[in-house]
Amino acid sequence: MYTQALNTLDPQAAAEDSVLEARFQARIDAEEKIEPNDWMPAAYRRTLVRQISQHAHSEIIGMQPEGNWITRAPSLRRKAALLAKVQDEGGHGMYLYAAAETLGVSREELVEQLLSGKAKYSSIFNYPTLNWADIGAIGWLVDGAAIMNQIPLCRCSYGPYARAMIRVCKEESFHQRQGYELMLTLCRGTPEQKAMAQDALNRWWWPSLMMFGPSDTESVHSGQTMVWKIKRFSNDELRQKFIDATVPQGHFLGLTFPDPDLAFNETTGHWEHGEIDWSEFARVVAGDGPCNRQRLAAKRKAEADGAWVREAALAHADKRRQRQAAAWRVAAE
Amino acid sequence: MTEKKMPLWEVFIRSRNGLAHQHCGSIHAPDAEMALIAARDVYTRRGEGLSIWVVPSAAIVASDPADKDMLFEPTASKVYRHPTFYEIPDEVGHM
Ligand SMILES: [Fe+2]
Ligand SMILES: [Fe+2]
Ligand SMILES: [Fe+2]
Repeated sequence: MYTQALNTLDPQAAAEDSVLEARFQARIDAEEKIEPNDWMPAAYRRTLVRQISQHAHSEIIGMQPEGNWITRAPSLRRKAALLAKVQDEGGHGMYLYAAAETLGVSREELVEQLLSGKAKYSSIFNYPTLNWADIGAIGWLVDGAAIMNQIPLCRCSYGPYARAMIRVCKEESFHQRQGYELMLTLCRGTPEQKAMAQDALNRWWWPSLMMFGPSDTESVHSGQTMVWKIKRFSNDELRQKFIDATVPQGHFLGLTFPDPDLAFNETTGHWEHGEIDWSEFARVVAGDGPCNRQRLAAKRKAEADGAWVREAALAHADKRRQRQAAAWRVAAE
Repeated sequence: MTEKKMPLWEVFIRSRNGLAHQHCGSIHAPDAEMALIAARDVYTRRGEGLSIWVVPSAAIVASDPADKDMLFEPTASKVYRHPTFYEIPDEVGHM
């Protein structure tokens, strides 16, 4: 997921070659996949680069809040699961960067956009993980929301993105299940443990709903990405699916949701929720969430600390190539 | 960024005995040896593979999508290349 706030359309879209564009749209309408070397409108390419790279950045930054708890996991079983999950998120970032690169951007450019703050990532990862129950809440809610958003992306019109999403979705299911199981264990534990689970739900519920991005009434730009079949459902549709799936799961845990307006509508069959605090969302997206600075600083440090390793590895590869070439020259003489 | 670019490699994985290697994505690595290690970490965390190939992306030569009709369309009319084109009486049995 983490594709929120990305539905902004390029104003240059209008002036494209109309014949090529009509042919392109006909292929999309016929559910054909667009592949890297195929002709595509410049705005389609830009939109995809932005969406896929922001998704990749989210996976990478998303390793931080959970990575924070690896050394403090309460058992070897939980530690192994959390390690595997965080490693998966790194893998998701790699699949997605690779998919973005097929559109003609380099990995170095993409990473630079993240480090400079030019590129966004999902607002959810700017919230802190304060106690162990947060690890359960993240798996259950954050990965749950991500799955809701990512499943339709498996049918995205751009082939490399769709294929990356299929791999990601196969792995996400474990993430959500381990999180829910963790919550269930806490809820069946001591009253203090159950209170921890409730506290985590209270803090993660609203930010999880914000993961789907602005309400449809605000998100004026999602139209074109729907026509291009990058996006298949609106933000509000996906959010509603998530709420309908998640509320009964929370009740099974014996927890309550921090929303006094949450109510089941018998006629529509949907759970209706209270007003989302969009000013908080805007604040976090703009860089003023609880952990924005900390997340970027940690990523910049990791990048800088690793620079000498990358340099040395490249120099070593160069040296070996030169030696090899020299050996061949000698053999040829 | 002043850093030198890390070479790109295409990754192919044979998932089971008897199957061909299949393209599954790409990774960055300074050399072939590290490309294999990275491919293993990124693409085979759940027993997805028995064998990995890595190929420098720059070494791949691809057909041009614009030539698609010229290259592949001519076979569309060659129905006689398929077994169902030939009528065999039922009495002959399965062939
Ligand atoms: Fe994701
Ligand atoms: Fe992920
Ligand atoms: Fe995940």
